Amino acid sequence: MHVLRPLYVVLLLLGIILIARVFIVPKDFGVYERGYTYGWHRAGNAEDWKAVKVQYKGRDYCVACHTVQGQQISTSPHRIIECENCHGPAADHPLSPKKLNIDRSRDLCLRCHTSLSYPGSMRSEIKGTNPDAHNPGIQCVICHHPHQASKPH
Amino acid sequence: MALGFARGVCEIFRPVSLEASATPIRWAFLVDTQKCIGCGFCVKACKLENDIPFNNNVSRTWVERYVLTKEGRTYADSPKEARNGFSSSRIDLGNGKSQNIPGENIDKAFFVPKLCNQCEKPPCVQVCPVGATYQAADGVVLVDRTWCIGCGYCIMACPYGMRFFHPRYHVAEKCNFCYHRISKAMEPACVLACPVGARRIGKLRDSRDPVAKIIETGRVSVHKPEYGTSPQVYFIGMSYEVR
Repeated sequence: MHVLRPLYVVLLLLGIILIARVFIVPKDFGVYERGYTYGWHRAGNAEDWKAVKVQYKGRDYCVACHTVQGQQISTSPHRIIECENCHGPAADHPLSPKKLNIDRSRDLCLRCHTSLSYPGSMRSEIKGTNPDAHNPGIQCVICHHPHQASKPH
Repeated sequence: MALGFARGVCEIFRPVSLEASATPIRWAFLVDTQKCIGCGFCVKACKLENDIPFNNNVSRTWVERYVLTKEGRTYADSPKEARNGFSSSRIDLGNGKSQNIPGENIDKAFFVPKLCNQCEKPPCVQVCPVGATYQAADGVVLVDRTWCIGCGYCIMACPYGMRFFHPRYHVAEKCNFCYHRISKAMEPACVLACPVGARRIGKLRDSRDPVAKIIETGRVSVHKPEYGTSPQVYFIGMSYEVR
């Protein structure tokens, strides 16, 4: 019956797909704790994400060697800022990167110290300035030491 | 054997067994909009920790600024997702336009950090046609980069707009609470970076966790509960004007 031929083609394609998926679909693909709706995935992916390399190490990692800077900043209002916020992530420093960036630009300081008088926000509590009026174009760190903000440089 | 079959059928019709096996850890986040100063170090830390190209206008997390004037108008902006902080009083209106609101006109103004809510009923997971995105047992919604086909359904489905295409890998991307860090008892990069403690992470159902205590007993709310996704990022100081 020639009219059955398209059916044979469909069944052949279906067969190919069903065989191919045995090889293509990862063995750990299935339904897990969160059920059919939210937990259908390749189980190994969670481990892939856990294995991602950590970049930011935290202050303790920095002051283990950089004790002088750690001591300087500990008495300053800037002690609440993580070292890596301004200097970039430590990653495998001192192996890689060998040196971390020292950003002396105005923009880094103006993130917090552009004076914004916002009632109800802690931003108003930060000592700030109008960047267009206060020495525009000059680096802040020429006069202000970032680790000892209250002392003249 | 008939009993086994009957029990199997009952499993399908008895989803309460899913709830009963709730895992001990469920991650939740606490954002304090009253503390946020708009420094944007969280955004910078997130991008550098999670390999999101810094100068692309996409981020797993961002900070929005809301300025409410005394006439009752609301201005909101997030210049470059706040990756360089808020260093200007001019509100970015888009299309290159900006506006300065004089201080005396401001009724109140605040900053709102935003990140993926890791919803309890995530719509982004429901729409994935291939099973590339899923919710782990501890509540974090993850994306399998090797399996995602880049269709973008999940990006459209998220009602909070948290998902985007990764500019390099061209697959769906979103905040995952720095899963590689929290799995090693470290804090997410944004929590570490925040100088004022506006961002905190905790484990719900852990009786000793101080963040969980605030979420369970404090004056917190979620963003847009009417979406029905049961988000797990809780805000102190969430306001009607927040979009």
